[in-house]
Amino acid sequence: MTDAAEIQTTAPPRREVAQRPQQPIVPSQTVSGNALVLVIAIMSFLSCLTLGTVALIRDSASVWQSQISREATIQIKPIDGVDMEAALASAQRVASGFAGVREAKIVDAEATARLLSPWLGEGIDLKELPVPRLVIVTIDENAPPDFAAMRSMLAAEIKGASLDDHRTWVDRLVSMGRTTVIIGLVALALMLTATVLTVIFATRGAMVGNGQIIEVLHFVGADSSYIAREFRRHFLRTGIKGATGGGALAVLIFLTLGWWTSRNLATPQADQAIALFGDFTIGLSGYVGIAIVIVAVAALTALTSHLTVIAYLHDIEMPGRES
Amino acid sequence: MGPEILSDISFDIPPRSFQFLSGPSGAGKTTLLRLLFLSLKPTRGLITAFGRDRARLAPRDLPAIRRRIGVVFQDFRLLDHMTTYENVALPLRVRGREEASYRSDVVELLKWVGLGDRMHVLPPVLSGGEKQRAAIARALIEQPEILLADEPTGNVDPPLARRLLRLFIELNKLGTAVVIATHDLGLMEQVDARRMILSNSRLEVYD
Repeated sequence: MTDAAEIQTTAPPRREVAQRPQQPIVPSQTVSGNALVLVIAIMSFLSCLTLGTVALIRDSASVWQSQISREATIQIKPIDGVDMEAALASAQRVASGFAGVREAKIVDAEATARLLSPWLGEGIDLKELPVPRLVIVTIDENAPPDFAAMRSMLAAEIKGASLDDHRTWVDRLVSMGRTTVIIGLVALALMLTATVLTVIFATRGAMVGNGQIIEVLHFVGADSSYIAREFRRHFLRTGIKGATGGGALAVLIFLTLGWWTSRNLATPQADQAIALFGDFTIGLSGYVGIAIVIVAVAALTALTSHLTVIAYLHDIEMPGRES
Repeated sequence: MGPEILSDISFDIPPRSFQFLSGPSGAGKTTLLRLLFLSLKPTRGLITAFGRDRARLAPRDLPAIRRRIGVVFQDFRLLDHMTTYENVALPLRVRGREEASYRSDVVELLKWVGLGDRMHVLPPVLSGGEKQRAAIARALIEQPEILLADEPTGNVDPPLARRLLRLFIELNKLGTAVVIATHDLGLMEQVDARRMILSNSRLEVYD
């Protein structure tokens, strides 16, 4: 071809053909692509953090509830002419006689003094003070005793005895726990909705620059399914990269908090945190949830790119679109 | 539905023929080329490509027919992240062919269009003429039966336009039917070829 020969340039000889690996059809490193990874990572991180926190609160709420309802208390008020120690022993015997009671333990004088020491100071003599005494009844949570029957029997047999099954506390804690979990779930739903919308719009934004690639592939005779597959694969990788990064960071935070509380046991800060949130382990369901968020975000990214490609290809075939 | 861009048009592209498609800007040259490439569905009318009615073709059959038609755009449409070699090989790659099976064909074609030394260069560093030759090579790599070129000389200077035209003529002699959409009268005067003039949605053919 003479014309072709005429216009050949004098560039220096290059490397042999195909020594260099072929570039992917969809360019891997673009500014919008990197921004998309970052956006996905941030949204996944926030979603996983919310999800983990909700799991933590849910577990803590059920722990508060079970720890309280695991015990009931028999209180015996001092009444003149009644032998307190005998009354305590009777109460212990009555309680132990009920099915569903694992243990009935008298809080001895020493322990009672310890309990009262913040108010009454050290070295108090309980005999001189009309102080009520307690019997702690540990119950089988799965088959609790008949509290009504126990209450009436105690009242009948022991003067001044009353039974507190902590029902009021438990009810309050249960409703507080439920409310907290519901608030958490609403926050999680909002977070996931925000994540879905952000991922969809960010993916579509990143796809804008790829319009020419879709057109070129179409004009060189590529099947629609081939074009969609190339983009889907690329954006699935982007989604996995971002979602895994964000999810892993959230997991790391929970692991770090768990490690911190275990290292700082018995310090006031850790005690406070443990009282509220347990030991900061989000449990298997929390980790499964985080894994589901990661997979769902990556799949959503791929699906959005797929649908954008299909819509774009459909658009190309619409009349009135001059290219 | 908008206004009709083309109406009452009837023509054929015979095998091994050479023709210019001309007309003022906005007359519908690009639309007609896209109809020929089966990339656009006509709102009404019959288009037959290689003996098959376009209206009866399933979407999955279209790519196979499109591969028998090469397209060259005025703005080249090269992918900037791929080298000249990769751009030209793209039609074969999207068909799932192994690189080893087409490497020598691509290199040979690149040499034929005068880009033998530019095959590992990315498009942004190519000149306008080099880009256009790369785009032509990409359209030819699958040895199409028809080549559709939309203003192929629109972005190059007159001497290079003449050289590109001779490239098309050479290709036509090798057996490919060529349709060049252009409004460059100077270019058309250089070749005694069939002319199809689009004007006011109508097409007049001068054999």
